[in-house]
Amino acid sequence: MTKRTGAEVLITSLESEGVDIVFGVPGGAILPAYDPLYDSPIRHILARHEQGAGHMAEGYAWATGKVGVCIATSGPGATNLVTPLADALIDSVPLVAITGQVATRSVGNDAFQEAYTVGITMSATKHNYFVTNPDDIADAVHEAFHIAATGRPGPVLIDIPKDVLAGLTTNHTPQEIHLPGYKPKSEGHYRKAKEAVSLIASATRPVLYVGGGIIKAGAHEEVRRLAEAANLPVVTTLMGRGAFPDHHPLALGMSGMHGTYTATTAIQKADLLIAIGVRFDDRVTGDPASFAPHAKVIHADIDPAEIGKVRKADVPIVGDARRVLGQLLDEWGDREVPDRTSWLTVLDGWRREYPLHYDQQPDGPIKPQYVIEELYRLTGGDAILVSGVGQHQMWASQFWKFDEPRRWINSGGLGTMGFAVPAAVGAKAGMPDELVYAIDGDGCFQMTLQELITAATEQIPVKIAIMNNGAHGMVKQWQELFYSGRFSATLLGDKVDYVQLVEGMGCVGLRAQTPEEVAPVIEKSLAIDDRPVVVEFVVDPDEMVFPMVRAGGTNDEVMIGPDTIVKQDPNGIPRLDMQP
Amino acid sequence: MQIQHTLSVLVEDRPGVLARVSLLLARRGFNIHSLAVGPARDDGTALMTIVVEAPELEQVKKQLHKLINVVKIAELDPEQSLEREIMIVRVSAPSSRRGEVLEVAAIFKAIAVDVGPATIAFQVTGDSTKLRDFLNLVRPYGITDLVTSGRIAMAREVKNNSASLRAIG
Ligand SMILES: Cc1ncc(C[n+]2csc(CCOP(=O)(O)OP(=O)(O)O)c2C)c(N)n1
Repeated sequence: MTKRTGAEVLITSLESEGVDIVFGVPGGAILPAYDPLYDSPIRHILARHEQGAGHMAEGYAWATGKVGVCIATSGPGATNLVTPLADALIDSVPLVAITGQVATRSVGNDAFQEAYTVGITMSATKHNYFVTNPDDIADAVHEAFHIAATGRPGPVLIDIPKDVLAGLTTNHTPQEIHLPGYKPKSEGHYRKAKEAVSLIASATRPVLYVGGGIIKAGAHEEVRRLAEAANLPVVTTLMGRGAFPDHHPLALGMSGMHGTYTATTAIQKADLLIAIGVRFDDRVTGDPASFAPHAKVIHADIDPAEIGKVRKADVPIVGDARRVLGQLLDEWGDREVPDRTSWLTVLDGWRREYPLHYDQQPDGPIKPQYVIEELYRLTGGDAILVSGVGQHQMWASQFWKFDEPRRWINSGGLGTMGFAVPAAVGAKAGMPDELVYAIDGDGCFQMTLQELITAATEQIPVKIAIMNNGAHGMVKQWQELFYSGRFSATLLGDKVDYVQLVEGMGCVGLRAQTPEEVAPVIEKSLAIDDRPVVVEFVVDPDEMVFPMVRAGGTNDEVMIGPDTIVKQDPNGIPRLDMQP
Repeated sequence: MQIQHTLSVLVEDRPGVLARVSLLLARRGFNIHSLAVGPARDDGTALMTIVVEAPELEQVKKQLHKLINVVKIAELDPEQSLEREIMIVRVSAPSSRRGEVLEVAAIFKAIAVDVGPATIAFQVTGDSTKLRDFLNLVRPYGITDLVTSGRIAMAREVKNNSASLRAIG
C-alpha cells in the first residue's frame, strides 16, 4: 500500500465526506495540512479571524443543512475557535473543526503556540479527538462527520499534532464506524404516539410549540400537516422561525421574552402543549414555575436529556422530529379535523387587541422595525436573513415573515455578538444563488466587521444592514427599564463613518438617515451584486423592543410598552363559550 | 443534604474519558462524592463507579449518556449490590493501649499493614457503614492518617440476598 502523509489523508478524507468549502486561518502547526489543500478541489476561504471562520462554517451549515468545516492552527488559532464551537453546541449546528497542534514531543511543555485544545474545548463540543497517529486520521474524520450530523447535531473538533500530519500512513480510508456508546434513537415509541394523539384529540386549548429541532430534522412539512389535520395553533421559538409558515392562519408567531402577546399567552392558557424539537429555554419559559400552568405536555426531542430537564413531560417521546411527527400523523389517520373555533376565536381576539406595533413618523427618526418591514417588502421576503444579537435580532424575528426553514440564521442559545457578518459570509458561500441579508447592530458589527474584507476578497456579495442606534441597545434597554436609566458603558459614543469604513474594505457603503431614504437605499443595495454592500441605517436611539417579559419573570405579565403591562390571572382560563 | 447515588458506568477505555466524565458532572453542578475507575474487562472498556450527589438522578444519567465514550450506565441499589471501599487508617497505639486497639481491629477484620513504635496502620475493607463504624471506634485512640479508595460497586447476581451475604463480606 502506498504511504501518504497524515495531512494528505486528512484532505482526501474531507473530500470523501463531500466537503466543498472550508473556512480557516493557517499557521505553523496546521501548515502540513494547507499544502495538500492547495491542490484540492475544496475551496478554502481565508477568514480574517478564527472566530469568523467558525461562524462562517456555522452560517454555511445553517443555510445548506450540511456539515460546516473550519480549520485553525494550534494555540491562539484554536482558542479563537472556542466561541463558535460553544455557539454551535448550544444551537445544535453540525460543525467539524480541525486544529493543528504542536509536535507530539512538545505537547504539554508550554511550547510556542501550545494550548490544550482538547481540554479547552471539551465542554464546547459534542465530542473531540486528539489524534496521535497518522493511521487514525481517516477514522477520526469519518467519525467526526457522523457524530456532528446525526442525533442532536453539534460541533466536533479534531486536534492533530504537526508531526502526525507530516507522518506517513497506509491507512487512507476509514474503517466502519464502531461507536458502542453512540446510538441516537430516531424512531419514537409507537405507544407514546398513541397516547399523544388521544391527548391532542381531546384537548380544548392545545398549542403546537416547535423549535430548531424541526428545521434540523427537515420536519416543517410534517408540522404543517399535523397542525392542519388536528387544527392546532402553532407557536415557534426563536430558533424555530420558519418551521411553520408565518402566513398560515394557525401561526401565532414567536413566544417568550420578546414573543408576541398572543403566542406567549396562548401557552399560558393552553391545556396541552405539543412541544417538538424545543428545549424549554428560559427565554421562552420565563420563570419555569409559572410557565404554562394548565398544560399537559407532550415533549418530543432527539436528545433524551432535554426531556424533563426543565419541564416534566406527561408524554415523553425520544426520537427524530420528522419520524415522530410522521408517527403522530399516521396515528391521527383520517380522523375528522376537530372544531376548535372557540379557542381560535380567543386567540384571534388577542391578536387583534395586542398586535406587534411601532410608530414611524414621516419626519421622525427611522424606526428599526420600519427598516425590517421595508426590507421584507422590497425583497418579497425572498432572502436568507441573518442577524446579530440584541434589539435588532428581536425586531428581525418579529417583523420578518418566515415561511420556509433555513432562511433565518442567528445565534439563539449563546447569544454571540459578532455572529452576523461571518455567518452571512458562510451562508452566501454555501448558497451563492440566494440573497443573503444580515441585520446587525452597531455594537455587534464592530466585533467581527473585518470579515467583510474576507467577503470582498473572496467575492462573496453579502448585504449587511447596520441598525445604528449608537449603543449596545439591548443592554441599554434593560438599564432604561430596570436601572433607572443609568446608561453605564452602553453608549458607544463613537463617530464612525460606516460608509468610509466599509468602502475601505472593498465594499459598497450606503446610508439612510431619514424615513424617506430607507426604501431607495434598500433598492440600491439590492441592485449591486458584484461586491458586498453595507447599509447604515441611522435609527431612533430610544426605540425599545416590546412585548417583553422581564428575565425570570412570569409569562402572565407581558409588557406591551414601557408603561403598560397586561396581566393574566394565572388561574383564570379564557371562556370558550362566548362567541364574538 | 442531597441523596447519594451509586452509578456503575461502562466507558470506552480511551485517554481523557475520566476528564470528560468529571468535567461534565462539574459543569452540570452535580457533586462527585467519589469516583473510582479501572479497566474492567479485556475488551477495551473500563468501569467507573461514581457516587454522585444530585437532586435528580435522571438528568445525571441522561447527561452522561451524551458523552460519546459512555457505553452503559446502571444505577446500583445499595440493597442489591456489593459495595466496597478500602481505607488505610493510622491509629495511635502506644504499647499501653496496643492490645485494645488490636482487639477492635480484629472485630472488623482490619489488617495491620504497618506497625511503628507509637502507631499501627490498618487496612479495612467493606461498605461505607462498616468503615464509618470502625473509624468511630478507633477515633478515641487518635487517628493520625487516613486515606480511602472511594467506592467500587457491582450489582448482585441474586437479588434480595443482601442481608444474609452482608455478614460474609
Ligand atoms: C460577545 C458578547 N458580548 C456581550 C454580550 C451582551 N450583549 C447582548 S446584546 C448587547 C448589545 C448589542 O448591541 P448592538 O449590536 O448595537 O445591537 P442593538 O441591541 O443595539 O440592536 C450586548 C452587549 C453578548 N451577547 N455577546
